[in-house]
This record gives sequence, structure tokens and C-alpha cells, in this order.
Amino acid sequence: MDDCDDIVKEFLVESYENLDRLDRELITLEKSPNDREILGSIFRTIHTIKGTSGFLAFDQLGAVTHVGESLLGRLRDGQLTLNPAITTGLLAMVDAVRQMLASIEATGVEGERDDRTLISRLTSLQTAADAVGKSGATGKRKAAAAAAGAAQAIRSSRTGSATSGSAKMREAMVVDAVEKLKTASPAPPPEVVAERPAESPAERPVERTTAKAQTNEAADGQHGQPAAPGQSASDSTIRLDVALLDQLMNLVGELVLARNQILQFANRSEESGLLATSQRLNLITTELQEGVMKTRMQPIGNIWSKFPRTVRDLALACGKQVRVEMEGAETELDKTLIEAIKDPLTHLVRNSVDHGIERPEVRQVAGKNPEGRLFLRAFHEGGQVNIEISDDGAGLNQDAIRNKAVQKGLISADQAGRMSDREIVNLVFLPGFSTAEVVTNVSGRGVGMDVVKTHIEKIGGTVDLQSKPGQGVMVRMKIPLTLAIIPALIVTSAGERYAVPQVNLLELVGLDREQARKGIEFIHGSPVYRLRGRLLPLIYLENSLQTATTAAAGGGLGRTNIVVLEADGRHFGLVVDEINDTEEIVVKPLSKHLKNISVYAGATIMGDGKVALILDVLGLAQRSKVLAEGRERMPSEEVQSTAEGGNGKHKLVLFTGPGGAQMAVPLQLLARLENIPGGHVERSGNQWVAQYRGQILPLIRVSHALEERRQLSRGEDALRLPTTATLQVLVLEHEHKSCGLVVNHILDIVESALEPQSPATRAGVLYSSVVAERVTELLDVSALLRGGEAYEPVEAAAANA
Amino acid sequence: MTSARQFCTFYLDHLLFGVESLKVQEVVTYRELRPVPLAPPVVSGLMNLRGQVVVALELRRQLELPERPVDMTPICLVVRAASGTVCLLADEVGNVVEVDEQTFEASPETLSPRLRTVILGVHKLEHKLMHVLDTDQACEIRAVSQAQSNGA
Repeated sequence: MDDCDDIVKEFLVESYENLDRLDRELITLEKSPNDREILGSIFRTIHTIKGTSGFLAFDQLGAVTHVGESLLGRLRDGQLTLNPAITTGLLAMVDAVRQMLASIEATGVEGERDDRTLISRLTSLQTAADAVGKSGATGKRKAAAAAAGAAQAIRSSRTGSATSGSAKMREAMVVDAVEKLKTASPAPPPEVVAERPAESPAERPVERTTAKAQTNEAADGQHGQPAAPGQSASDSTIRLDVALLDQLMNLVGELVLARNQILQFANRSEESGLLATSQRLNLITTELQEGVMKTRMQPIGNIWSKFPRTVRDLALACGKQVRVEMEGAETELDKTLIEAIKDPLTHLVRNSVDHGIERPEVRQVAGKNPEGRLFLRAFHEGGQVNIEISDDGAGLNQDAIRNKAVQKGLISADQAGRMSDREIVNLVFLPGFSTAEVVTNVSGRGVGMDVVKTHIEKIGGTVDLQSKPGQGVMVRMKIPLTLAIIPALIVTSAGERYAVPQVNLLELVGLDREQARKGIEFIHGSPVYRLRGRLLPLIYLENSLQTATTAAAGGGLGRTNIVVLEADGRHFGLVVDEINDTEEIVVKPLSKHLKNISVYAGATIMGDGKVALILDVLGLAQRSKVLAEGRERMPSEEVQSTAEGGNGKHKLVLFTGPGGAQMAVPLQLLARLENIPGGHVERSGNQWVAQYRGQILPLIRVSHALEERRQLSRGEDALRLPTTATLQVLVLEHEHKSCGLVVNHILDIVESALEPQSPATRAGVLYSSVVAERVTELLDVSALLRGGEAYEPVEAAAANA
Repeated sequence: MTSARQFCTFYLDHLLFGVESLKVQEVVTYRELRPVPLAPPVVSGLMNLRGQVVVALELRRQLELPERPVDMTPICLVVRAASGTVCLLADEVGNVVEVDEQTFEASPETLSPRLRTVILGVHKLEHKLMHVLDTDQACEIRAVSQAQSNGA
């Protein structure tokens, strides 16, 4: 068996893949039973497994797949039409095959099993067809007997008990079989498949399996060549060990470092030849790096392909009708991330079918299509992958959630009254909410939703839930493209560099000596900083890591740099010696020796070849006791922040508008505040644009959009590129599109109650209010975007998408 | 176990040590290590080994030998252990020697129990005793050193 290990392994890998496809295809076939192409593909898949199992002498597997193949043959010949009973039978066969494969993987043999019921069930499904059809039912029984005969033949041939007389005959068969394998294996030509049903379905397989067993003997150790009957795709793809890709990735990383050093030397040297060569090296290295990164990417369809089957089974069990639709299955993610989101996604899909979509009769009463729709969508946006799972079910019962949350003490009745519907539905992500009784009492959902959230957040993603009563629920996840390379802020502490993942980063605060002396206060020895009126607990990185060399705590020396971070919903400030830069870093795992130090998430290699440690912000916060360990205080924290939203206070970005007036935009509408160099602004059509994070960011000038729009002709004047050195830009995310608002001067971010105190005096303004002791106009962002000079093209693009 | 085995030898505080040469990936010159705050003292730091981040362990501390003189540059013995690729810091690299199983003698009872898990025994070479290290054990961080780090 040892010799065969490689072949068996290959067989297993290939078969698993084929089975996954089979599930999907069977479901598709159920919807369009006459699709010859799919039927042909299913037939070939089963045939391949059967053939290979015969070759590897997995008799049981061969017997089961054989009846399945015969049944499929009938279907393909049109002697039989697919009905749910047959689909279920075929799916049962797929399951049996899967079990056997699992057993082969674990123990090397198929295991003791009794598949007689399954085989007779599949056989009877064929006979049922014969009653309808024309040919004799005996053929089928023959088929079953033949399968047994085949198995017998394999056994005898393996024991080598063949007499010399039959040996000659077998030799001929081997030649025949090898011939057949040659034609059938790499790309099963249609005529082979087409010719089969014309013959007696009973005898041909026997000959074939026997022949293959013979090939096995004849090849005697030189397994390999005929062993891997593959799909036509095998011509253009090869299978690779992930470890090899990881190794390549490492080597490319090293190459990048060597390249950087060569570039430095080349720039200092006088030789133009060296300079040109190093530039070429530079380009090639970058392309190589991108290429190797791509090899780790996998389409999300790989995990989605299992869902139609899951949904079908679940829907049948619940007595529901559900249709699965997918969009963007080709969207690619890093392999490790694909693995990480598999379970959360499955959970959400099951949830939708189980609790979201109503029974057909209920749906009909509600005036909906009795068949529910589960929609999976994935797309790239802003360097992240968005995954949406939506159903058109009943939606969440907000009142029930509200009551339940109050009853469980997660929020007070007072808070519950103030929370928006959207805040309410997102309460299901709270850990305290995830009990089974909630699900049965409320309209459902909520089981393990906190687990989903935890998993997604662990890989740096976010989850959001939207529900419309009677119309369904949409859960949207945002996942980083890859974990292997992340954007990070590089800081220095005690002479060493550390990387802080950008997902945790909120803002940076720099204090000079005087400000630090006044600004940093102590609560019983614990340093805090007043950040816009709220106390921000501070952690000194060198104290936390016990690397402090001088008594620097308290910020006596020079400038104090505070990196404001968020971990587990709580903010804190990390004091470091120096803030260097943001960089894309390649994450390397730490060895086992250091895994139990919770403050590190990994290590990375910097441009100069030195190693830097990546901080685990959550671990750091826990170690420094900023956060209590574990997540148990999460609910109160969440409530606190939602309560803030509820009592009418909003975070506002204040800026100087046209004519020096103070204006405000709610912070929640903004993705970032940016300084864009004036020189980076380009003209595209009749608008200003800037290249921003690999995308084109349309720019809207607030001053133009507000008052001068009428006067300005759409001519040269409006498009003259900026003369100022830098533009302050508020980057908005609106309906999946980014857009930049160019403002004169950003003043501050404040938290303030917003109440209309006087109506708007001009278009583009919602109303005026007093904020930070000044009359402030609240910008009507959506009106601005609608009327904005930059917006139409974006809208058009969205419509095309 | 075959009767003749190959060992890669090195010196620590003038003592001769050997690890199975099959376990040794390479021997590289010392390069700057990135210290890891909060790590046990036996962890000297992290090393960039052609793009791979490898942890470097100080064998002298692991074997409870006196600290290496400041002016001595260690060498890095990169070994493949159960816990992954690990770099062991030693004073000086020696030859690859082939020894006969018959010259082997287990560690005496007088050695501390902790050391006896790391030092399997000695081979009586012509002029010296070669201490045989258990590669996997030498690359482990034991609870003892962990406790020391917490105490520090």
C-alpha cells in the first residue's frame, strides 16, 4: 500500500473536488433536468471515481459508483427523467462515496460498510424507469451482478492466481485498457461517453474494471502514468503543495530585500549600465511579488459551491423552498482567509434558511413568491472584500429583540427606546444574546451570531446587519484581501521598531513638552489624556514591554506621541518614542516559543532586512489592564457607545466653509481625513480627481458646490487645477463609492448635540446649529453628492456595475 | 539505530557538543538579532534567515553555562526541531564527526534532571568528551526558564 500512497492521495484530493462540484451540479440539474451538458459532466465525474476505485481496488466504492453510473446513464439517454427521488438517491450515493473516501484517507481502506440498501435503492430507481421505458428490467439486475463479478475479478487478479491460459487473454485486455485510458483519461472525448450506452451497460464496466486492475499489476510499481484520469482542466492547471507556495513567498520576500539593497548601491554608483539593470530588476521583482501573492488567492466560489447542497437539504427538512443565487463567486481571497470565513458563512446561510425565509404558505399569504431567495454576493471594494448574504424572508422582529435585550439586562428600557432600528438589530451580535431560547421565542436568528462576529473580527474584518421587516435580512462582512500583507503603522520604542496593524488605529496625537505636562493627568497613578473632553487611558509601550531604560514615564522628555488605538470596542492611547511611517508589511508567524506572549501578533521584515515585531493591540491592552481579560464586559461597553448615539450627541467634523463660516459634517459619514498634495489633483472630464489608494477619487469642492455653482461656467475657470500646496479632503464613502470633499480648512472634531436652530439659508445645507460656540451650518452631504460636479460619472459607473 | 552516526560539533565554554548532523540545516555567521521583550531569557531574539523569521536561542543559557564573554561573536546553528526551525547560538563551530555507538555513555546521575533531558550523554572521543544534545529538547523552552523570566 505504501507504494500507492501518492496515487491514493491524488485520487482522494481529486475526488473530493469532484464531489463538491457534483453536489452543485446535481442541484442545478434538478432545476433544469434536461441540461445534457451538466448530466454529461456528472456522469464523467462518477465514471472517473468508479474507474479509479477499480484501479486502486476499492471494490465497495466501485460497486456503489457503478450503480450510480448506470442510473446516470439512463438519465442521459433520456430513458429516465430526473425527479426529486432520483436526486436524493444520487446525493445519498455522493454521501456514501464521501464517507468511503474519508475512511480511505483515515485508515487506508473503505471500512466495514453495508451499502446494499443504497445499491438496491439506486437499482430500483433504474427499474422504475424501465417500467416507464422500454428495455428489459433484467439488464439492471445484471448490472448489479456484474459489479459483484467485477469485484471478484479484481480480487482474483490481485492474488495473482491467474492461469497461464487466461494470462494471455488478460495481456490483451491490458493493452486494450491502456489504449482506452490513453483516450479516455486526459480529456474524455465525447464519443467514448456517447458510445457506452449503445452497448450492454452490464458487461462493459466489468471488462473495464478488470482491465484496470490488470494494468495495476502490469505496471508493477511504475504507478503514475495511467493513474490520474483527470478533467480537461488538467491541461492548464497543476496541483501544488501549499508549503511550496509559502516557500516561494518567503524567497520573494528575501528577493525584495536584496533588490532594495542593490537599488541603494546602484543609486550611489556612476555606472549607467548598473542603474538600468537595477531598474529592470526592480520592475521584475515587483511583478514577481505580485504574481506569487496571486498564487495564494482562491475564488470564494470554492466555499460557496457547498451551499446549494446545504440549502437544499435544510430547506427540504424545514419544508421550505429556497433558491440560491450567487454573484461574484470568482472574487478572490487569500487561502487562509477563505478557511477562516468558511464556518461563519455556513452559519449565516443556515440561519437564513432555518429562521429567515418563511414557509411557502406563509410567503404566499404575504404576497411573496413561495420560493424564497438566498442571495450571496461578493465584490472587491477599497482593498477589502465585501461579502453579503441576504434573504427575502421575514426579517428580524425588532420589538422582540428590544424586549429580549431589556429583559436580559443588556440595555436599559430607557436606552432601548432611544436606539435606532439598525442599532437594535445589531444587538443580536452581543454575546449575551446568543441563546437558543431567544431564537425560538423571537422570530429567530441570533444563535451564535456573536461567534460569527468574533471570527470575522479575528481576521480583521467587520460584520454589519440590516433588516427590513417583511423584506428580509442582509448581513455584510468586510474582509481584508489577505492576512499575509497588512497595512501597519511603524513606531519606535526603546530604540526598536514595532508595527501596529492599521485596523486598530484611530488617530495620532502629538504633544510637545508643555502640552504633555498639562495634558497628561493621573488617576491614582494611571496616566490618562483628555482627548476632546474624554479621558483616554494611556499605555507606555516601553513600560508594558519592560524595555524602559530611563524614567521616561510621565513624558518629561521632548515630544510625547500618542497612538490612539481601538481594541474590542474600547479606546486607549499607546505612548511611543517615535512615529515613523505607515507601510505595507508582510506578516510572518512567530515560532511556537513566543506564541504565548500575547502582546505580539507576529513579526515582519523591514525594508532594511531587520526584523520588527507586530503588536497585538488586543493582547497589549489586556496585558496592560486597559481591558479586562475576556469579553465579558463587552455588553456594557457596547451599550455605552450606543447610548451616546441615542442621546442626540453626534461627532462632527468642523471646517471652514466658503466665506469663513464654520460648517460641519457628521463624522460617521466620513471614511478618512486626508491631505492631498495640490500637484496630485488631475482633471478627468469636467471634474477634479486624485489618485487615492489605487482608486480614482472624484473631488467636490465645497466652496464651488455651495455658492458659486451658478456663476461659474463649466469652462476653464471651474477646472483650473489647484494652486495651493495641499488640499484638505474629507473622504466620504457613499453607496460603495468614495468621494472627496475639498474644504478650506479642517478645524476640529467635536461631539455635540445637533438640533436645528435655524433653517438653511442656502442649498446644500441642512440647517444651522450652534456648535463649539459658533453658528455652524450642517452640510447636506447627499444633496451635495447628487448635484455635485463630480458625482454623475460615479453614479453612472455604479449603474453599470 | 545504526552503530555509526554523524554529529555536527560545536563548542560552548570550551566544552565540545554535538547534534545529529541530519537535524542541522546550516551554520550561518552571526547577524544582528531583534530582541523580543517579555520573552524568556533563553530567547536571544529573532533573526532574518532569508526572509524567514527564526527564533534564536542562547545555548549557554539553555545549558546553564556561564554567559558568553562580550567580545566573543557567536555562530548560528540552524536546526530543524519538532518546534520548527530554530537557530542555536554557540561559541564556535567544530568538525562533523562520525562516532561509533560503542563509545557512548549516558549522562551520569550527578547531572541535574533538567540538563539530563537535554544532554543525552557523551561520546568518548580520543581527546575529548562530546556531549550529545537532544535537538528537540535543546530547542524547547522549559517551564523552568519560563518561571525565571516571570521572576525577572
